[in-house]
Amino acid sequence: MLTYSIPAFLPFFAAAALALVLPHRLRYLLILVPLINGVLLYASGLQTTEFTVSLHTLNLLLVNVDKLSLMFAYLFHIACFICLIYAMHLKDRLQLVAGLTYAGSAVGAVFAGDYLTLFVFWELLALTSAFLVFARRTASAQATGLRYLMIQVLSGVALLVAAIMYFKQSGSLEITTIELKTTASYIFLFAFGIKAAFPFLHTWLTDAYPQATPVGTVFLSAFTTKVAIYMLARTFPGEELLVYIGAAMTCFPIFYAVIENDLRKVLAYSLINQLGFMVCGIGIGTALALNGAVAHAFNDVIFKGLLFMTMGAVLTRVGHVNGSDLGGLHKTMPKTTLFCIVGAASISAFPLFSGFVSKSMVMAAMIEAGHEYLWLMLLFASAGVFHHAGIKIPFFAFFAHDSGLRPKEAPTNMLIAMGIASILCIAIGSYPAIVYHLLPWDNSYQPYDLTHTLTQLQLLFFSALAFVWLNKQGLYPPELRSVNIDVEWIYRKAIPNLGAAMFALSNAVLSVAKSGFIAAKALIPNKGKDADASAATMTYRMVLGFVLLAIVAFVSELASTL
Amino acid sequence: MTTPNPSPKQTSTPSFFDNPKNVRWILRIFYLLCIVLVALDFIVHRHIYLSFEEIPAFYAIYGFIACVVLVVLAKLMRLVLMRDEHYYDKQDGNNDDLASTSKEGES
Repeated sequence: MLTYSIPAFLPFFAAAALALVLPHRLRYLLILVPLINGVLLYASGLQTTEFTVSLHTLNLLLVNVDKLSLMFAYLFHIACFICLIYAMHLKDRLQLVAGLTYAGSAVGAVFAGDYLTLFVFWELLALTSAFLVFARRTASAQATGLRYLMIQVLSGVALLVAAIMYFKQSGSLEITTIELKTTASYIFLFAFGIKAAFPFLHTWLTDAYPQATPVGTVFLSAFTTKVAIYMLARTFPGEELLVYIGAAMTCFPIFYAVIENDLRKVLAYSLINQLGFMVCGIGIGTALALNGAVAHAFNDVIFKGLLFMTMGAVLTRVGHVNGSDLGGLHKTMPKTTLFCIVGAASISAFPLFSGFVSKSMVMAAMIEAGHEYLWLMLLFASAGVFHHAGIKIPFFAFFAHDSGLRPKEAPTNMLIAMGIASILCIAIGSYPAIVYHLLPWDNSYQPYDLTHTLTQLQLLFFSALAFVWLNKQGLYPPELRSVNIDVEWIYRKAIPNLGAAMFALSNAVLSVAKSGFIAAKALIPNKGKDADASAATMTYRMVLGFVLLAIVAFVSELASTL
Repeated sequence: MTTPNPSPKQTSTPSFFDNPKNVRWILRIFYLLCIVLVALDFIVHRHIYLSFEEIPAFYAIYGFIACVVLVVLAKLMRLVLMRDEHYYDKQDGNNDDLASTSKEGES
């Protein structure tokens, strides 16, 4: 049997270096890198060689192989393969290089066996992905990219701080399960939580994903958040707190998604909603739940990537993805429409599409764990996700009222990439075994029973019925050109405003103090050359000095007693 | 990279969905399927794991109500949260930023 014996991220970095110099017409060769590397890695499986690097007294586990890390590595190879095909129409080297190093960093991160190695790849993920935002080359994308980078780097710094504290306590840097007890463990959770888009830490995602290039967003949606989910599964499986965080994550974004106009931002919110299901699964921590979380991450990369690809195609052809100004695109982009519907069916967990199996695993685990009311929240979120991602995205982009736009069909390479993703969605949904035998924990789950298929169809059809009814009644909120305030308001509006206010205040205080000082100085008799320094003025001055001293003494006495 | 559509043509061959008759038929089939699904609920014996599930057609009712509640609440949220498109750009005093985003919105 073939043994894979180089660190799996190296071919990606080599390909990125190659992409810098490769003539444009040979760029197709790059697609082979994730394909061949992935096939070799798959053939080698658990036999893949592990790597240790010795740095002075530290032993770093550069490549640590087990079923969980392999599962995510396969996933990232597939994602990178699809993304590269999707990017082939570009003449922009920056995006290819950034995309390849980004994918390589993600592969490196999931194979990292210790926190220091992880930190390096964690920061590389932040740095390389930011260029996919910058590559849009608009002023607002520049500003967004900087905000994105700052938050991502903050996550990395938090990870480093936590790793150092952890090392001082335990004497080891090895990545194992952590109990949520020490300060270090909370900082770890914070670091992972930023990248996993926990509530209140999620705005980098909804800010950056709609601003990146069409290709960039497809890359972005695949890697960063899934590396965070991987780390949570590795370090905090069965942590009760995560169940509540996850449930919150499934619910709050769908409200924003319903009223958001930028369709890629709708997808960004719905990405958080999907992450919520995974975080719930990790929080429950049973074999079924963890398998469900990992399988859902696997499916989500493909179907969410597919949806972002269809919106990227619209963005490429039309120049924007505002729901208020789209509609009727199915006439000239029928293939993209079809792929979008496949993605929508998958994310909504229609039977025979990929989301169905993995989502029901998490839901079933939720019932087993006895969280009945949280299960109702997840069910609400399932209906909601169908509502905004399953219906709203295809309906407002491709159907609804005719916007009069007649763009060309997406470029061929985009259609191929979307086609592959669609086939995967249907294949994994219809024959779950092709992916599910790779799942890390031992558990058998039978998704296709009559009860479950029927109940899911009822849920979805009546969600759709609600949409139809609301639309007919004119109750459905129209798409409006707008911005909806989210937590980012704190750092984009409140803090800048506060800073400006503080500045104005300090200026005012300073000018008052200045004029007061000048007035006070005028009170003191002047002992200039031509002033008459009589004994009276000297005494007057001394008295003033004593009074001042007495006041200072009194104040300091008062301060010390307090 | 992003190529705004230069000439939106208003006239083209009407598609399948332009005909209101076709849309009506699709909706009729859809309503029929909804009815069938609820009817099946009374024929098929569902496995019951939770007390909620004993309610007849629980999933159908829940799905419908969930979506109506979702939309109504989201509409109310708009009253509090909605600002105009350039809400964040105004603060910066950065004219380039404002210009580029507005161009994007209108293209």
